Parts: sequence; C-alpha cells; structure tokens
Amino acid sequence: MAEVSLQGEQRVFMTGNEVVAWAAVAAKVDIMYGYPITPQNEIMHYWTRLAPKYGKRFLQTEDEISAGFTMLGGVMTGRKAFTATAGPGNVLMQESCVMAEMMRLPAVYVIQQRGGPSTATVIYAQQETQLTCFGGNGEGHRIVFSTSTHQELFDYTLKAFNAAWTYRFPSFVLGDGYQAKMREPLTIYEAAARGVDLVPTTPLVGEAKPGQFKHLRNTYNTEDELYEVVMANQRDWDAMAPKVVEWKDMHCQDADVVFICHGVVARAAVGAVEELRAQGKKVGLFRPITVRPFPDKQLADAVKNAKKVIVAESAYGQFLKMVDLALCGSKVERVPVLRPGIGITTEELVEEYNKL
Amino acid sequence: MQEVRENNVLQPAMPKCWNEETKPHKFCPGCGHGMILKALGEAIDELGIQEKVVFGCDIGCSLLSWDFFACDSVQTHHGRTTPVITGMKRANPDIIGIAYMGDGGGYAIGSQHLFNAAVRNEKMTIILCNNCNYGMTGGQMAPTTLPGMKTETSPYGRDVEQTGYPTKGPEMVAAVAPEGAYVARGTVANIRQLKGFIKKALENQLAGNGISFVECLSSCPTNWRTNAKQTWEFVEKDMAQYFKVGELRTPQAKEGK
Repeated sequence: MAEVSLQGEQRVFMTGNEVVAWAAVAAKVDIMYGYPITPQNEIMHYWTRLAPKYGKRFLQTEDEISAGFTMLGGVMTGRKAFTATAGPGNVLMQESCVMAEMMRLPAVYVIQQRGGPSTATVIYAQQETQLTCFGGNGEGHRIVFSTSTHQELFDYTLKAFNAAWTYRFPSFVLGDGYQAKMREPLTIYEAAARGVDLVPTTPLVGEAKPGQFKHLRNTYNTEDELYEVVMANQRDWDAMAPKVVEWKDMHCQDADVVFICHGVVARAAVGAVEELRAQGKKVGLFRPITVRPFPDKQLADAVKNAKKVIVAESAYGQFLKMVDLALCGSKVERVPVLRPGIGITTEELVEEYNKL
Repeated sequence: MQEVRENNVLQPAMPKCWNEETKPHKFCPGCGHGMILKALGEAIDELGIQEKVVFGCDIGCSLLSWDFFACDSVQTHHGRTTPVITGMKRANPDIIGIAYMGDGGGYAIGSQHLFNAAVRNEKMTIILCNNCNYGMTGGQMAPTTLPGMKTETSPYGRDVEQTGYPTKGPEMVAAVAPEGAYVARGTVANIRQLKGFIKKALENQLAGNGISFVECLSSCPTNWRTNAKQTWEFVEKDMAQYFKVGELRTPQAKEGK
C-alpha cells in the first residue's frame, strides 16, 4: 500500500473541508474518529474516500463525546489521530479536551464554527472562540490556530499535528462554515517538499517492556498533588507560548486606526485596509493567528501609535474580551463591531471606518 | 499461584501481573472489586498477556484500580472508558484492551458507548462491577439498584413506578451484539466460575472474534450498611435472583474448523 499519497506540490481548487482532509493525509495521520455534524461533514467524507487507499483508518462513533475519547485512545497508542466537529459537537468534545490537557495528550481537533446553540444556523459564526480556547473544567492549556484562507487551513492543520506532538498540548484548527464550504485555489504539498519535518510519534501505552508499565491518570489524592501537576503544565505552557504564538499585521506602524479581527473576518479587513489605503487613509490591521496563546505583547506594540481600534467579530464580544485584556494598559479607544452569527464584509468595515 | 513464604510466614498469594507496590489495595473491607481484579489478574497470568494489556478504569470506585496492575493503564472520565479503549484498539489492534467500570459508568452515563461498542462488535473486553449502587459518591440509586432497595436517593426503597426496573446489562449486550460476541454474568460468590468467564472473555479478544462483556455481581457493605453475613446473603441470594448468573453468548465455532 502506498505510504505517501501527496507527491511534491499540487495546485488545486477545493472546499475547506477537503483541504483539511488532504492536510491530514500530508501529516500522515493514521486514524480519524468522527461524528456527523454540519458544516464539517465533508472532512469525514473526503477522509473516508482517501483513507483506505493509503492504509489509514476511520471510526464513526455514536456521538462527539465518543469521537473525542476514542481519539485520545488512539493518540495514547502513539498513532497520529484527529477529529473534527462544530457547534454542539464542540461542546460535547470539551470533556475529552480537558483530559488531553491534564494528561498531556497530543490530540488534534478541527472546529468549523456554526451559529449556536442546537441547530441554530449550521452555516457560520465565531461564537465558539471562547469555548475552543477555554472550554471545559481546566485552564485552557491548548493551542488554537484561527485560519483565514484555504491555504492557511492546509498549512495550520499540518502545523497543528506537529505542535501537538512537540508540546503535548491539545491543538485546534478554528475555522468556520464559510471556510468549510467555500471553494478556492491553494497549493497542497507533501511535507518534505516544503522542508517541513513531521514530528515523530511515540506510544504512551500498549508497547510496554516487562516491568516498565505506565499508569496514566487524572485522579489525585490531595489538592496539593493536583496543584503541582497543573502548575507544571502551566510552566510548560508559558515556556511554549512564545514559540507557537503567531500573528499578522498590516500597515500598523503609521496607522491612526487599526482593525483587529481573527479568522475569516480578518479577510474582509484586508480588503478594507487596501481600499482605505488607496484613498490615502492611515489604517492598519492586526490579526492574531493563534487566539490561544494570544499575541498580546505584539498587539499592544502594533497599536501603540493608533488613536482608535475597530474590533470586529461574528460573536458578541468573545474576541473583544481577549483584545481588551491584551490592551489593558493602553488608552487607545476601542470601537466594537459585534455581529453574532453574521458574516462581516469589506464594505461594512469601510462603512464602520467612515462612521468614526 | 505458588505458595509464597517469607521468614516462614505464609504471604498472600498475588497474581504476577498485580502491582505489589500498591498492595494492600484501596478498596473498602468486604468490597468485591478486589476479588474481581484477582480473578482478572489470574486470567491475565494464565494467558501470559501482561505486556500486551492496556487496562482502562472509569470514575467511581473502579478508579481506585488505576495503579492496581503492573500493566499499562489509564484512568479515564466517568463513562468514557469504553470509548478510550475502543480508540486504542482501533488504532493499535495488537493491544489487549480491557475496560473496567461500575454499573453507573456502563449502564447510565456511558450506556451509549457500551451499547454502540456492542453493536459494532469492538474487539475489546469490558468488565463491569455491579454492586447495586453508586459507591464512591456515597450510595445513591444506580441503574442496577434492586426494586424496593434503599439508597441515598431512594430512601424509601426503589419505586419501580417512578424509576423503572434494574438494568440487565448482559442481556442488553447479548441482544444487540453480532456473532462472535462473548457475554456472561459472574459473581464474586463463585470466583472460580467468574475467573473462567473472564478468561474466556480475554480469549475471545485474542481470537479477534468480537466484543466480550462480563458483568460481575459484587458487594458493597459500606453503603449497603450490612454485616458480613447480610452482605453475602445479598450477593448470593437477592442479587442472583434478579440477575441470572451464567453465560449468555458464546462465539460459535467457525465453520470448517
């Protein structure tokens, strides 16, 4: 059976969900666990078509709780595994996410956000930003990449596997229904073709040598015992944060007004900045790519000369809270554009700018 | 197991796959968990699979077994041991996956996992301790609490009009699992038989036939508030009257063999 399915580089035109499946192939994932939910279904559809050709596996579980926990079982055996979900499925998966955080399991979750709760809209929202960064009864010891284009969906899905297996914290690709369903051109590639090393995997259980067994647990006898484990994880997470944090800025240094957005909304902001700059307006854009860890110092630095910032998101203040925290020492005026569950266009952002 | 003597004193005979450093174990006096795990330990020893076993335990009293064996083990969340071991076995079919849980973990919070693992005939072994109540949380009504039985959340006795009848787990698994499944109910009142069931359950996984499920009738004198005699009577008579002990499904010999 062929080991490598992607040879070199390939220019393609495909949906975001298909891109994720191909990125998992490029990452040499062994097994996907999943449960149907819109708008991520086609990740499973493409994976189940690709997987058998390359000796890979798939398990359709009874719900997202099970998809999360079976995936943890998979990574414990040292196999590269992932799952994908959205909305209420993301809620159910948080239980497995916190187990992964505390046991330091290299779990990978792809989230294609939809408007919550229940079926609500199955199309689009950014209402899972806080949930994906801090869901569950833990401390949010995870890495969350918020993508903006199909090329990034590919690049950061590949990166999420490497980050998870390097740092042993669960890693998330935070997309949305627009990115999932939209079709656009991008380049998919074999990791080696771009000089990307795939981080090797190691089993935590199942391949014990006599007398060298391991006991993994999330049960502790005393508060102090739990505290020590959480604090050790916190120290590791703090040490990791500067190595994984990513952001993009655009014309921030001389800007009077800076847009701050993440995910697909940042794409509309790129258009707004280009349009307004062409009119001679001093505007810029700051966009966290990792919303967890958050590029707080970089954001504070990017807006230090600005008079105002426009914070736009398709949720009511979930991202704004993160921005406010990062800018708590700054006097720059915040202008929120909060549209839960609704897409934000370039024209609307230009209009918001003109209202200032 | 061989008789072990140290300084001419007879030492307790322990299965080789037990983790001696964590003994004596953490269960209450009179609890059935230790007996079930002894039967399991002997079965593992006899099959010589200690290095291939991954032992998963649930939340509730079963979690106290997280360091019980000198085997790889993982303590999961409440009800989630079945999916964790399922995921392992799917990713690496060479392991021997054992999911250990109580009646709450298997029949209430994790019932969807047990049911669907049975339907899919997952090639793993599930061992479930049925002691008619939630022990770790202080003796609440469980899916297996007998009609009329008093617990902290059924202080006047389990009212079947309000709460239904006790869950018959092996009967459910036997009803939905495809061919190749092994399903039995044993009891700590008959350890020799119980060990036989558990051994067959492991052999069924080794043969790759399908799911193997063993429910074990067990004791909880702490929460039952019973003395030794009453405890034993409850296990041997009251429980066995409602929960019939025996094999419910055995894999048929494959044709041509």
